[in-house]
Amino acid sequence: MSANPVVKQYAYLLVHTSDFVRYGSKPIREIPKSQELGPAITAHLRNFAQVVAYPPNQVFIGNLHPEDLAAWPEPWWQHPVEQASPVGKYGEIVDQETFYGYLKAADGFDLVYLTPGFTARVRERLQGHHLSIPEDMDNLGPGVEMDKIKHAIEAEGSLPLFHQDELIGSFQRHHDEDASLSAHVLMENLMTKASGAMVVRLLLERAGMTPEQGRYLISCSEEAVGDRYNRGGGSMAKAVGDMCRMVNSTGADTKAFCAGPIYALVHGGGLVKAEVFENLVVFGGGCLAKLGMKYSGHLKHDMPILEDVLGGIAFLLTPDDGVSPVLRLDAVGLHTVGAGSSQQEILKTLAVIPLEKLGLGLTTVDKISTELHNPEVTVPQGSGNVPLNNYKLLAALAIMRGEIKREELNEFIATRGMPGFSPTQGHVPAAVPYLGHAAEAMAQGRMNTALLMAKGSLFLGRMSQLSDGMSVLLERNPARKAGS
Amino acid sequence: MFEGKYVVALGERDGVPGPVIAEVLRAAGANVIAMVTECFV
Amino acid sequence: MDAENQSTIMRLAEEYGRENLMVFLGATDVEGVEISAETLIAGDPSFAGPLAGVQLGLQVYHILEPSLKRYIPPEVYQERLGIFEVIVDAQRIEDSLSKMRNQAA
Repeated sequence: MSANPVVKQYAYLLVHTSDFVRYGSKPIREIPKSQELGPAITAHLRNFAQVVAYPPNQVFIGNLHPEDLAAWPEPWWQHPVEQASPVGKYGEIVDQETFYGYLKAADGFDLVYLTPGFTARVRERLQGHHLSIPEDMDNLGPGVEMDKIKHAIEAEGSLPLFHQDELIGSFQRHHDEDASLSAHVLMENLMTKASGAMVVRLLLERAGMTPEQGRYLISCSEEAVGDRYNRGGGSMAKAVGDMCRMVNSTGADTKAFCAGPIYALVHGGGLVKAEVFENLVVFGGGCLAKLGMKYSGHLKHDMPILEDVLGGIAFLLTPDDGVSPVLRLDAVGLHTVGAGSSQQEILKTLAVIPLEKLGLGLTTVDKISTELHNPEVTVPQGSGNVPLNNYKLLAALAIMRGEIKREELNEFIATRGMPGFSPTQGHVPAAVPYLGHAAEAMAQGRMNTALLMAKGSLFLGRMSQLSDGMSVLLERNPARKAGS
Repeated sequence: MFEGKYVVALGERDGVPGPVIAEVLRAAGANVIAMVTECFV
Repeated sequence: MDAENQSTIMRLAEEYGRENLMVFLGATDVEGVEISAETLIAGDPSFAGPLAGVQLGLQVYHILEPSLKRYIPPEVYQERLGIFEVIVDAQRIEDSLSKMRNQAA
């Protein structure tokens, strides 16, 4: 058997989608119940410059590190990063107008109508944009007249599309009795596809690969593509491969709630290690449903609605190149069916057991990356600080196991943990937003090991009361000399 | 404490999950009639 | 608390009788626990769910309240909940919920 695979490249994407907050699962259900809510949400949306300057977003694209955020004055939304750039070391932040171009470019079924005027604007955005390809321009078409758009909204079940609160198009449904092909579900899926394709193109660009060189894709996105006879049938992976013109690739989807990316990395790593594919892309596109999910907490505290971006993640797995961080498939943490639901059991299976396999412990692994939900999003809603809670639990476990003393709890959290900086996009925060930071630290000889662990709320689907979770250890490539 | 009472376990994913509350309360003799686990993210 | 869980508990309260129903919470964020308890006692403070304006007046406890510990077999407690003793201010949660229970009674 060949050596463990490596994570050769990574890419991160944020897409500012403030005019889609109204279509997040929570807002779309609540707005019709109150006349004041829609305008209140609109009044609390951020502009692109604010999104770019938001410190956690700068950490997500690699211009700041989690350590910087830990020392940043709070609240973060009131302490923007000065002269922040939308282009980061590991990724970038894209504005909504540009995204509309990619959304239309992703559309092969006349789902998206944009007015001729707005089409001309997005065409300008895409021309010369480093992620666009000639086929995108062809797909934009001439646009659709406003009369037809208004008719579609009034008579055909289409949803209005806005840019800066101005009507610029509509999103069509494709079956009047099939909930899986309603305008809202198709919008969710197409947004995942468009943002997924953007982050995969960014990954290929960063890796210096042509699309033709790609061999396989796994999507760990959160949508469910399909029709009434095959709800959730897939394949987002292949749809994104198509949009990226990865003509020699195929692919399929891996779903595991918020633990999806870890499962996808382990599945993909296994296929590379077994020499089924010489390279493999794991990606997750953004999740419309999560936009504005905790808006009521933000409105209550009169702060901006922070769930206004789609997230995108992508990773390139290849055989060992002697340089890139190694995915230790011999140190995978499994939350087995029989493992139970208590935090002790979950964390033992996800953290202690895989680390022990390599002779490591909770205090000898350099960093533990858990689900990195931005606490500024969750705390105002009374939903707690997810990463901090998990680090506290890990610290408590270390105390119970005698690895640290009770008074060392805070030091453990500061040393092994980090503040959450990921948008609350379900699968996106699943430990992997830290992968780029870890890879950089390993390349610079500042770090040897990082445990990536995520939990999933299986019970939300009502098929099992079980929780879920998986972890895998990322290790500095042993072929690198110490400090090199 | 639990005599004649019906108990609902309303757990949370990153705290004490529903099945654990239910298990612990059943061990204490409670009649647990429902369990739910909330997930805020 | 999400609307689905609010309506589940509302249904159970009707079915089993409000005075016979006890709810045990498991979240560890104190503010979140207080919001859930308020929802089940006095009604949904966000006025978004089915319990908006509905005073169920349920008996709400938290599974980690120190004075409940004596009802639970020690080995079960240690194995399932022991990890929280180090990191959760269970007394603060108990004080807060106890105050709310007393006000409701």
